[in-house]
Amino acid sequence: MSETAKLTYGGAINAALARCLDQMPETLLFGEDVALPGGVFGVTRGLRKAYGERVFDTPISETAMLGAAVGAAMMGRRPIVEIMWADFMLVAFDQIVNQAANVRYVSEGRLSAPMTIRTQQGNAPGACAQHSQNLEALLLHVPGIRVAMPVQAQDAYDITLSAVANDDPVVVIENRTLYAGAKAEVQIGGPVAPIGGHRLRRAGDDVTVVTWGAIISSVEAAVDSTGVSADVIEAVWLNPFDTEAVLASVRRTGRLLVVHEANLTGGFGAEVVARVVESGVSLRSAPRRVGALDSRIPAAVQLAQAVLPQTSTVAAALVEITG
Amino acid sequence: MEPQMNQQLADLHQMWRIRILEETILQLRLAGDVVGSVHLENGQEAVAVGACRMLRRPDAVFSTYRGHGWALARGVPPEKILAELLYRQTGVNGGRGGSAHFSAPEYGFYGENSIVGAGAPIAVGAALAARFDGSGRVALTVFGDGAMNQGGVTEAMNLAAALDLPVVFVCENNKYSELTPINDMVRNPDLSARAHALGIPAVRLDGNDPAQVAAAVGLAITTAEHGRGPTFIEAFTRRITGHYIGDAQTYRPAGELEADEKDEPLARLRHLPGFDEAERRARAEIAAATERALAAPLTDPSTAREHLYV
Repeated sequence: MSETAKLTYGGAINAALARCLDQMPETLLFGEDVALPGGVFGVTRGLRKAYGERVFDTPISETAMLGAAVGAAMMGRRPIVEIMWADFMLVAFDQIVNQAANVRYVSEGRLSAPMTIRTQQGNAPGACAQHSQNLEALLLHVPGIRVAMPVQAQDAYDITLSAVANDDPVVVIENRTLYAGAKAEVQIGGPVAPIGGHRLRRAGDDVTVVTWGAIISSVEAAVDSTGVSADVIEAVWLNPFDTEAVLASVRRTGRLLVVHEANLTGGFGAEVVARVVESGVSLRSAPRRVGALDSRIPAAVQLAQAVLPQTSTVAAALVEITG
Repeated sequence: MEPQMNQQLADLHQMWRIRILEETILQLRLAGDVVGSVHLENGQEAVAVGACRMLRRPDAVFSTYRGHGWALARGVPPEKILAELLYRQTGVNGGRGGSAHFSAPEYGFYGENSIVGAGAPIAVGAALAARFDGSGRVALTVFGDGAMNQGGVTEAMNLAAALDLPVVFVCENNKYSELTPINDMVRNPDLSARAHALGIPAVRLDGNDPAQVAAAVGLAITTAEHGRGPTFIEAFTRRITGHYIGDAQTYRPAGELEADEKDEPLARLRHLPGFDEAERRARAEIAAATERALAAPLTDPSTAREHLYV
C-alpha cells in the first residue's frame, strides 16, 4: 500500500532497506559498522534491531565482504553490502569485476549474483584524496554490473528497491552530503520499478544537459541563474543508460552539455558525447563536457574548488554553448 | 572384499578417471583441438578424490583453475568437461568458462576461478547463505600454497572464523606457487600456522593419500555441522606435470620429478589387484566421452552476448 512520509535522503534509503528486509526474506545486509552502530552515516540505523541476524557487522575486509556477497548471491540469497566509501571498493575490485560481473555470463546463466553494493562517493569539504573520488566510470566500463546514482530522496528509495530486486549485481552510488539534508515527501510502499530510466529535471529547447550525481544542484542553479532554456536529464541509472532519451532531446535542442563531478579523461561524459555524435544527430554547436580537472583531489577546500566543477563553470559552459 | 579395500579401489578408479581425463586434455591441447592456457592436476588427484567422496549433495565446491579433476570427482560427466574445453554447445557452460573458469552447480561444483585465492571469499558467502537457507550446506574451497599469500584468503578465513561459518579450506601444498618454491616466499613454511593464528583448527596431512584427506574432510564437515565453524586442511602433494601445459619446469631441482613420480597417488597403489582394471575402465569411459565431445557442435557465435544480464 502506497503512502507518503517526510524523509531525508538517508532516511529514504533506510526505509527502502527496511522494506527489502521485510518483504524479501532472502535479503541480508552487512558491511563495516552497519549493524550495531547503524552505519557511519546512520543510514542503516535500527535495522539490526528490527531484522536480527540478517543484518550484521563484518571485519574491515572488503574482499571478504564482497566475495561473501557473491557466494551468498550465487546460492539464492540477496545480499546488500555497504562499502563505506567508493574509494574502498578499489581494494576489492577483483570481487566486483572478475567475480560478480562474470557469474551469470561465464556460467551460461546457470548461476547469478543478485547482490547490491551500496556505496557513496564524491568530494565534500575536508575530505582527503582517498575519500573524494568519483569512480563511476570504472564500473561503467564493466559489462555485467548495473550502476545507479540517486540524488533525490524519492529516487534513493525507489532505486534501492529496484537494485535489490534485480537479479544481477547492482552498485548504487550515494552521496554523503545528501544523507542528512532537508526532508522531502517520499512515496513509500508503491510497486517496485524495473531498473533503468532517467529524470527530466528542467525542460527547455536550446540545450540538452546530461548529468548525474550531487552536482546536479550546481547544474540546476546554473540553468536557473543564466536563464538558458535547457532540458536537464538526470541519468539516475547509468547502466542501463537511457541513450534514447538523450538522443530524443538532442534532436530537438541540437546542443549537448554533459556535467559530472568525476574528472574528464575517460569519464562517462565522453561516452555520452560519443553516443550522440555517433548517432549522426545534427548538432548546432560542438558538444561540451564539464567535469573535474584531471588531477588528484586535494584536501584543502580552496584547492579542491579549483579542481572540481562549480556552478560558475557550468553556467559559463551553458552560456558559451548556447551563445 | 573388505570395505576398506572396496574404498581403496573406488578411490583408485576415481583417481584414474582424473588422470586419464587430464592426459586426454593434454593430447587434445597438443593436437590443437583445445587451445590456450590449461592447468593439469596430475599427481594431485588424491586430494580431490578424498575430499569429494565425503561431500553431500548440498555441499558446494569452489576450486581453482586446476579444477578439472575436482569437477569430475564431484560428479560432472567427463563429456561435459571435455566439451567445455572444446567450446562445444554441450559443454557445462557452452564454452563461456573454458578450462580455467567453468562451473556446474547442478553437481555442487560452483566453479573454478582464474584469480588465485578468489574462490575463498566466495565460498565463505556460500556458507553464509547456508546459515539462512536451511540447506545444511558446507562450502569447500581448494587453493594452492601460493594462494596463501593473497590477502583475500586470509580475509576469507578470518570472516569464516569470526562468524563460525561452515567452510572447509583445503590448501593443496604442491611446493610451488606457480613456478616459484613456496618456501622462498614465506618465512614460516607451516602454512597451517596462519589458520591456527585465526582460531581455525588446522591439520597437515599427506595429500597423496585419499583416505587421509577423506578423514580430515569428514571431520571438518562434522565440525561445521555442529556450528563450530571452519577447518583448514593443508594437504601435501606434488604435481608431476607443469604449472601449465608448456611449462618447461626448469625451476625443479634435478631428480625431484622422478622422486615425485614414484610417490604420486597412483604409483603408490600399483600393487593393488584391480589396478589395471581400474585404468582400463577409466580409459574406456574417457575415450567414449572424448569422442562424443568432439562430435558435438561448436557453440553458435550468434549467442556470444547472451547471459550477460537477466
